[in-house]
Amino acid sequence: MYALEINHLEKIYGNNLHALKGIDLQVNEGDFFALLGPNGAGKSTLIGIISSLVTKSSGQIKIFGHDTDIDLNKGKSCLGIVPQEVNFSFWESCMEIVLNQAGYYGIPRKIAYERAEKYFTQLGIWDKRNDRSRTLSGGLKRRLMIARALMHEPKLLILDEPTAGVDVELRRSMWKFLLDINQNGTTIVLTTHYLEEAENLCRNIAIIDKGNIIEDTSMKNLLGRLSTYTYILELTEACHILPSLREFQLHQIDPMSIEVEVHRDQNLNDLFKDLSEENIQICNIRNKSNRLEELFIRLLDNKDDMHHG
Amino acid sequence: MGSKRILIAFYTIVFKEVSRFLRIWGQTILPPAVSMTLYFIIFGSLIGPRIGRMDGFVYMEFIAPGLIMMSVINNSYSNVVASFFGAKFQRHIEEMLVAPIPDTIILAGYVIGGVARGLIVGIVVTLVAMFFTKLQIHNYFIVISVVMLTAVLFSLGGFINAVYARTFDDISIVPTFVLTPLIYLGGIFYSIELLPDFWEGVSRINPILYMVNAFRYGILGVSDIDITFAFAIILMFIIILTIFALTLLKKGTRIKS
Repeated sequence: MYALEINHLEKIYGNNLHALKGIDLQVNEGDFFALLGPNGAGKSTLIGIISSLVTKSSGQIKIFGHDTDIDLNKGKSCLGIVPQEVNFSFWESCMEIVLNQAGYYGIPRKIAYERAEKYFTQLGIWDKRNDRSRTLSGGLKRRLMIARALMHEPKLLILDEPTAGVDVELRRSMWKFLLDINQNGTTIVLTTHYLEEAENLCRNIAIIDKGNIIEDTSMKNLLGRLSTYTYILELTEACHILPSLREFQLHQIDPMSIEVEVHRDQNLNDLFKDLSEENIQICNIRNKSNRLEELFIRLLDNKDDMHHG
Repeated sequence: MGSKRILIAFYTIVFKEVSRFLRIWGQTILPPAVSMTLYFIIFGSLIGPRIGRMDGFVYMEFIAPGLIMMSVINNSYSNVVASFFGAKFQRHIEEMLVAPIPDTIILAGYVIGGVARGLIVGIVVTLVAMFFTKLQIHNYFIVISVVMLTAVLFSLGGFINAVYARTFDDISIVPTFVLTPLIYLGGIFYSIELLPDFWEGVSRINPILYMVNAFRYGILGVSDIDITFAFAIILMFIIILTIFALTLLKKGTRIKS
């Protein structure tokens, strides 16, 4: 059984905006799944429809086998949502917010309190439990929304850009937390603009653009398609005129750094050897962007420099 | 969701609603007490003796039931309209909409919240009235049932207003331009028998007239209209507004995209 199964899902808004154009998608139980796409691609519409906050025009959604047209409430019981925008009452305390959320799912208050203590502690917001939500920083609000979504211990957790605007340290701690709950059996679907995040966390990936799924595969398979890697080489001495190498194309960034594209069939040792022969010494090397980011941009630009292996 | 879980969800909404208006009691409970005190002083103590008796009662006694009912109507309506629109505005209504709560429970939770505020304010205003006049209950059953049903009816009205509202202006238009005129022309300050035949007939179209008179009958034992008919009118409006509100929730009108 799939944790999430979407068939021919279509959404046309009142202003004739065709946000989703008959998409199909399956997420396996226990998966950590990335849903990527540029702004306006249809990610939030898709999540809105899954969570029943947006009405679909046609198509079918099943959450752990529960067709949302037939058994919406059973589907909702399996689902936890962390939305992109803050959507809790600013006048309530953090504890009130999560206890109320648990109450909406019919969870007795005693159990709800125990869960609140557990998730607040794990997410590092226990000492903020009695603070009004409006007094929290952006990062704390994100953590509160994650705790709220977990109060009914959903089997499927969907997070819409959970680390947007969150500092690096907090982002890393949230990654660890999400990996832990995924390892404990929760299926996770994540949308993010930090492609490093998707690459580090997710096993499978779908890319949505202009209402269509343009890629749906495993992360390993997708990254394996990257035929060229772009590196930035930092030089020990300034180089004003770049030599012409037989196998590699160099691009000058500034006198102290150059950019080079290396096909995956090529060897970095050959590059260093060629550069050494030209008396160019390298003191540092780094990727221009992370691998997924490079693929993502190429996919969206519809470039042909990938081969589908 | 089993019946126990549904009950917990219902309690949660009611608890949240009641906590909300009690937390801001200075905005929800106190103002009606102050304004009703002024009504009793001005219309009851100062002007009332010059008006004389109405339907056989001193003017203060005559207007007290209507003023209590006015507080119940205003507060049950404004509680739900403000709370539900606030939840829409801050988007925390989504907390409920993503949860497996039946629409009937969401509606019932908000309505009971409105009824609770209407009743608490009604009790406060009754206590204020007792400083100015002697209130003797003619029929407890009628008093309690009319006040409860009226609070339910106007909570439903507030809910529907909140569903349609897009701005804060939208939640004040109906109370200002519809509710207030209907309340003032609903026989709170006068018996409709004083009106010319034409205006008496027009007054009978106003549903609030039936609630005020039924409540007045429960307290004083006098009414301009038939009590059974008044109950039928109130129940009919409750049924219509309940069906309408549930239809709006089911369709997600102005709640879902």
